[in-house]
Amino acid sequence: MNRIVIPNPLSLIDIPVGGSARVVNILTIGANRRRLLDLGLVPGSIIEVIRRSPAGNPTAYLIKGTQIALRNEDARQILVDTN
Amino acid sequence: MIKTNSLPVHGQETTKNFVIALAGNPNVGKSTVFNRLTGLNQHTGNWPGKTVIKAEGAFSHRNRRYTLVDLPGTYSLHASSTDEQVARDFICFSRPDLTLIVCDATCLERNLNLVLQILEITDRVVLCVNLLDEAERKGIYVDTAMLSQQLGIPVVGTAARSGRGLTRLKDVLDDMVAGKIVTTPRQVVYDPELETSINELEERLTPYLPDWINSRWVALRILERDYSILDHITCTRLGSYPRQVVKEEVALCLT
Ligand SMILES: Nc1nc2c(ncn2[C@@H]2O[C@H](COP(=O)(O)OP(=O)(O)OP(=O)(O)O)[C@@H](O)[C@H]2O)c(=O)[nH]1
Ligand SMILES: [Mg+2]
Repeated sequence: MNRIVIPNPLSLIDIPVGGSARVVNILTIGANRRRLLDLGLVPGSIIEVIRRSPAGNPTAYLIKGTQIALRNEDARQILVDTN
Repeated sequence: MIKTNSLPVHGQETTKNFVIALAGNPNVGKSTVFNRLTGLNQHTGNWPGKTVIKAEGAFSHRNRRYTLVDLPGTYSLHASSTDEQVARDFICFSRPDLTLIVCDATCLERNLNLVLQILEITDRVVLCVNLLDEAERKGIYVDTAMLSQQLGIPVVGTAARSGRGLTRLKDVLDDMVAGKIVTTPRQVVYDPELETSINELEERLTPYLPDWINSRWVALRILERDYSILDHITCTRLGSYPRQVVKEEVALCLT
């Protein structure tokens, strides 16, 4: 059987602490998408991963000059690339 | 909603008390500007419980009296949190004479999102680019004249902690309420399809809206399916019959 191989897209949650990535797309719609856009998560933005809380959630990111904590559920919706 | 204050007015007696809403992103120095202008000491943490407005204070300048209302810091006015709703409702429905936006000179780009959103609601806006000292320490210099030209509103640079720029700020606020400054706020233009819907909805809504509200902004919120605005307008200004009419008009536009 033929299978189409889709390269696994990276999401913000895959970026290790200390790393950075560029936003490509946001997978949610409606009010939640709006909220993430307003936090500065717009396509093209460079996001740095600052630290994870001891429990692993949320994670602090540097977004357009300000530290913002995002829940991992949100970070998973943000597609990024690292080139 | 605004308590009247009893600050002594020097010189000539003026009856009108001008209300200025103080808006901006979190932690940009709004309360510092507030304290500098009003001389009040206000603590900066969030107030416990359901505080509607964080603080208000009064000051006089050039024989005019002002009430300054310190709004919660927000990144947007989309009413997705209580803070955002409080800020939005105040700027839109309490109809302040002016909105003073404070922003952080070290990360202007982030701050301009809220600025553009406020400019969609009102043209009575002054922008205060604060933390100029921090910015200079980082080698960032803000061209306030260019920013003012680009945004179509007055822009004043400040370093509120040390008081730099605050006299100039008061002069500009006064020139605004005196009608000496005409603003031409930069408007976000959306893609053509959306613009068509906005215009169509705006035209249908206008007859039902009070004249002080920005009908384009109402149309935009309704296209986002934020009906909370309609409740405000129709409950406070028009009664329940037009509200039904407006909802029917909206339903027509959305199908
Ligand atoms: N260096 C410098 N620090 C400032 C300036 N303005 C405010 N600050 C400092 O920035 C911090 C935040 O100031 P606030 O006035 O509490 O900011 P805010 O916008 O009211 O914050 P929220 O109400 O939490 O959104 C405080 O430590 C202030 O002393 C400034 O112009 N220069
Ligand atoms: Mg404050």
